[in-house]
Amino acid sequence: MPAATPALPVSDHSRPGWKAWALLAPMVFWLLVFVVIPGIILFVYSFCERDEVGGVIFNFSFDNYRRVFDPVYLRIFARSIGYAGLTTVICVVIGYPVAYYIGRASEELRNRLLLLVMVPFWTSFLIRTYAWITILKQEGMLNSFLAAMNLGIGPFNLLYTPTAVVIGLVYAYLPFMILPIYGSAEKLDNSLIEAAYDLGAGPIRAFSSVIVPLTMPGIAAGTLLVFVPAIGMFAITDLMGGAKVPMIGNVIQNQFLQARDWPFGAALGVIFMLMFALTYVILQRRGSRSTA
Amino acid sequence: MPASATRPLLPSGLKLLNWFLRGWTALVFIFLYVPIAVLVVFSFNSSRLNIVWESFTFDWYAKLFANGPLIKAAKNSLIIATGSTVLSVIIGTGGAWLLHRYRYRFSQAIQTLVAIPMVMPEILMGISLLILFATIGLKLGFTTVIIGHVTFSFPFVLVAVQARLQGLDPALEEAALDLGATPLKAFWLVIVPCLKPAIIAGALMAFTLSMDELIVTFFIRSASAVTLPIQVFGLARVGLNPMLNALSAIFIVATVAFVLFSEYLKKLSR
Repeated sequence: MPAATPALPVSDHSRPGWKAWALLAPMVFWLLVFVVIPGIILFVYSFCERDEVGGVIFNFSFDNYRRVFDPVYLRIFARSIGYAGLTTVICVVIGYPVAYYIGRASEELRNRLLLLVMVPFWTSFLIRTYAWITILKQEGMLNSFLAAMNLGIGPFNLLYTPTAVVIGLVYAYLPFMILPIYGSAEKLDNSLIEAAYDLGAGPIRAFSSVIVPLTMPGIAAGTLLVFVPAIGMFAITDLMGGAKVPMIGNVIQNQFLQARDWPFGAALGVIFMLMFALTYVILQRRGSRSTA
Repeated sequence: MPASATRPLLPSGLKLLNWFLRGWTALVFIFLYVPIAVLVVFSFNSSRLNIVWESFTFDWYAKLFANGPLIKAAKNSLIIATGSTVLSVIIGTGGAWLLHRYRYRFSQAIQTLVAIPMVMPEILMGISLLILFATIGLKLGFTTVIIGHVTFSFPFVLVAVQARLQGLDPALEEAALDLGATPLKAFWLVIVPCLKPAIIAGALMAFTLSMDELIVTFFIRSASAVTLPIQVFGLARVGLNPMLNALSAIFIVATVAFVLFSEYLKKLSR
């Protein structure tokens, strides 16, 4: 008797009753209390003042933001953006061909290569950064290798230099660039590339005017995963750059844990949050425009 | 075949491109793996300085397991990761099911809210949680660290489970309900078993994220709730220490096992 129990209309079936709302409430509550409200408090703090012992006085002022635009901090912001930008560009250049190759490989090879990307992706960046310390340190692996080879070059003093910071950042974030670009490359329609060849495009032309625009969403997603975290990443700059190359993350961390000027740290955080939001909006527009 | 006139020219170029891609990919994998491999190999080197190979030894592993602070930190990390994983699985699985099953008024907004902790820079989450805990007067310690870890972990569980739900036959739940099960029973006895691979994969992700997390923890820990990454960060700042090689090697082996197991789970759910 299939007609005996008339199917409930879908809208009724999936309309949440008070019970369904009550069940979802803990999750929504968690997100509000531990994501939304902390963000609001951070914003409020950024307009406060600190007292002599590092406490917070709720006294509205723009002083913290005035300080953010002090040349000292502007330079640090510029440096952070520069390093993060350089890291992102290097990651795209190194990672793109790999992601593309994996995306176009046969299924069996593709799965194997993906597995090979997943291991560094999931390995703690702390461990991977430590690996580079053992390699780049004055008495480290690279210099002893060069000495043993007797090539007459080196020893290099690489650790605690900007070069080391960029190597550390690229090494940490490369898998985060490869995976999203792979995602786009895998979905690429073969017939579009063939069409480009049939129309007389060489590999370079086909790449620049067909393949790159079609994989733009992947590049945009990868950039969001690399550029923004790299701006605020204080641990790698700390380990690879010593205290010599402070980035915005180091300054924020310092305001909260050593200098104990929370309101100023909060103002730096708000500016960083705005940069994050701006990057997000720009990339989203970019990504969606090229797919449209 | 009208295209045959232009075809012969192309394969050579394409072949060249393919060779380039293959070689480049091989080089990048060497770049990705050599430092990790070096770390593991030198964890068995008897030389303290880590430069040249002297002889094979397990000494650093023995010293590692005899190092009080590191073992204490490892225990703390395991406690925190376990707590955070259990909570993340409950919140993430439940949330995924409810958002899939019901059309809430603010479904889209909630979904966006869930994505924020996944993309938000960790340092911002760290400082904003620190300020929150200070404002409401919650003392820093295991509780605050677990709260932080759950906040960035459960969205990953939720997304993993949601992906599996998309392929689920809606008739399954209807059949259970028709047979007289309550919605809760239908969820527990029919839906959860179907979601098992995704739930386990999500749990593994949550556990790994918690075990590896440094930045958020940095701000919301107390002197007694020191996690392994915090301890390792402190040691790595001082300089080379073969014990860290040994510890890293253990982590790398665990990561490889995790990746292989996740792959196996993915195959299961296909």
